[in-house]
Amino acid sequence: MQKVKNKWIKIGSEVLILASLFTLVQYLITAGLLNQYYQINLTSMCINVILAVSLSLINGFTGQLSLGHAGFMAVGAYVSVIITNMLDLPFIVGILVACLAAGLAGFIIGVPTLRLKGDYLAIATLAFGEIIRVTLQNIDYVNGPAGIMGITKLTTWPWLFGGTVLTVLVIVNLVNSSYGRAIVSIREDEIASELMGINTTKYKVLAFVIGAMFAGLGGAFYAHYFYIIKPETFNFLKSFDILVMVVLGGLGSTTGAIIAAVFITALTAALQSFPAIRMILYALILVIVMIYRPQGLMGNKELSIKIFGRIWSGRNEPDGNK
Amino acid sequence: MKSGKKVAMLVIMLFILSIAAGCGGGSQETGGNAGDKADTINVGINVELSGGVASYGTNARDGAVLAIEEINKAGGVLDKQLKGIERDCKSIADEAMSVSAALIGENIVAQIGPLTSGDVAGSTPVMMENKVPLIAPAATAANVTVDDKTGKTRDYIFRVCFIDPFQGTLMAQFATDNLQAKNAVIYCDNSSDYGKGLAEYFEKTFTENGGVILAKEGFVKDDRDFRAALTKIKGLNPDFIYVPGYYQEVAPLIKQARELGITVPMGGCDGWDSPDMVSVAGNEALNNTYFTNHYSSQDKDPKVVKFVEAFKAKYNKEPDAFAALGYDSVQIMVQALKDAGEADPVKLTEALAKIKDFEGITGKMSIDEQHNPVKAGVVIEFKDGKQVMNTRIQP
Repeated sequence: MQKVKNKWIKIGSEVLILASLFTLVQYLITAGLLNQYYQINLTSMCINVILAVSLSLINGFTGQLSLGHAGFMAVGAYVSVIITNMLDLPFIVGILVACLAAGLAGFIIGVPTLRLKGDYLAIATLAFGEIIRVTLQNIDYVNGPAGIMGITKLTTWPWLFGGTVLTVLVIVNLVNSSYGRAIVSIREDEIASELMGINTTKYKVLAFVIGAMFAGLGGAFYAHYFYIIKPETFNFLKSFDILVMVVLGGLGSTTGAIIAAVFITALTAALQSFPAIRMILYALILVIVMIYRPQGLMGNKELSIKIFGRIWSGRNEPDGNK
Repeated sequence: MKSGKKVAMLVIMLFILSIAAGCGGGSQETGGNAGDKADTINVGINVELSGGVASYGTNARDGAVLAIEEINKAGGVLDKQLKGIERDCKSIADEAMSVSAALIGENIVAQIGPLTSGDVAGSTPVMMENKVPLIAPAATAANVTVDDKTGKTRDYIFRVCFIDPFQGTLMAQFATDNLQAKNAVIYCDNSSDYGKGLAEYFEKTFTENGGVILAKEGFVKDDRDFRAALTKIKGLNPDFIYVPGYYQEVAPLIKQARELGITVPMGGCDGWDSPDMVSVAGNEALNNTYFTNHYSSQDKDPKVVKFVEAFKAKYNKEPDAFAALGYDSVQIMVQALKDAGEADPVKLTEALAKIKDFEGITGKMSIDEQHNPVKAGVVIEFKDGKQVMNTRIQP
């Protein structure tokens, strides 16, 4: 009985924190206290969180090195723009179809490639990401390499916040479910989990499709905020950017991915003022973090309210901070 | 574990610091006093200093910085010094947007850059919303300054380069005036908007000048054998052949034309500007061929000579078209500031729209109602495998 009560208190406090965060930012925006520069970077942060968390499901939890995330993002971005700007349907339809289309792309790509392992899978996904990009370059309906310009700005803070929270909720709950344990077992030892009777291909494809769907969501938000999409935006460097966030945050940690996504977005924005040494500083900071935290900022641990409580009460060396 | 934690804390501290630095902004500045807001006019330079087109951005930045220094040395504008604030947009549209917003926070009067049409598009909504003009040095896509859906000009977006198809007009002018061509054949790249647009503008101006288009032939990307069409063109015996396209197809095309005994002059566009032209077509075949471009550092115009010298002295390299266009972007803004009489972004925008006969490095220009400059271009001739400036064409 006590346990159930604690659980409800936990959920209640989480909802309260999220609601107050949402209201605070919404207030700052409507009151004009958060200038455009911060709004743009806040948007980038949310989109990067969505992308990093969804990739961390594939790379961090399932242990399948995928380098094609930007490709799924591109599918989501283009499909949503076609629906909202060319067919004049509401944004919600655009988002849903974008997610489905990206998920479908993930399925089509996942089924044949997920038989591969390690480096081979990385190369295959990298190649598929590039195929998506080059295909888009050759479709006249979406203006080929020039891309689509003048996309209506529909991504607002409520959409972004809702999308980000939904992504994190779905993925955290998936990982903590029995499906999630099957997925993690594949990462730990694929042969052993197969011997235990887990259909490894099924779970790998499942993780891949869900990851791709949320990448599509990120793409839809991206397209409807940044005014222009072109195939070149979604090249393999974009995939690497997202991968860097996941690795920096720690493979197998959702909070790690969130922290790293926020950190890298803020870092990129902060370094805008130092154009000459920007990329050097960026790389240097990543190298330093990786030297001192080879397991990523969070390792495979999660940050929760409990840990904050411990730090607050002065116990800075908790045993097994889970 | 303990040291790991310390490092984690350090990283978090660094993170917070980096955010703090983000709003403070310790930017690269050219001229002027950082603290003295009232005495300086801030100009945002939002260009690609890293990423795919970093070389374009760097050169345009160098040109713009040179212009700002020269103006400050000459006493500034409206009794104030210009202050260039440089930011890198990484050749990514969303970065360009974020950089523009940051620059607007620095009270800029106008933004120079970015270079590519895509990055300018990223920057566009922020500039429009804040009513601050953007001067694009080299964005050539037509829809950069005009909304293709509504056909309306984007009020705060300007450019100092001509749009691609305009080169067709220049070449038609050159063919009539300098080559005395009475009739011509167009053999264009039908697979790109670039080729088709140029052909259309060429035809329009050439017929307006009293010329006759004998035939229009087309090729597509990756074609390698042009003999059939060329044999037909040879039979028509034209004075001039216009070949708007990219060097990959044009180089073998010219080679085959010369092999078939077609000796008439051939003309093209900046898609020809590649060292591969000479290596594929050969020195001999390229004689008597011409192409249009934005600018040539060989131009003997005293203004250009002075600019090339100053640029070489400062950076120890040859200024390319991007450097010249970056320089002109700043100069045209200064002219508009003088016309406006005060450093106000909206007044500056009005003055920019009214610019007439501005003498730039890349030619005399007037801004038309679509915010495109009507301006001169240069014709470059291949002479024994070398690119030699032939003339400057004023439409």
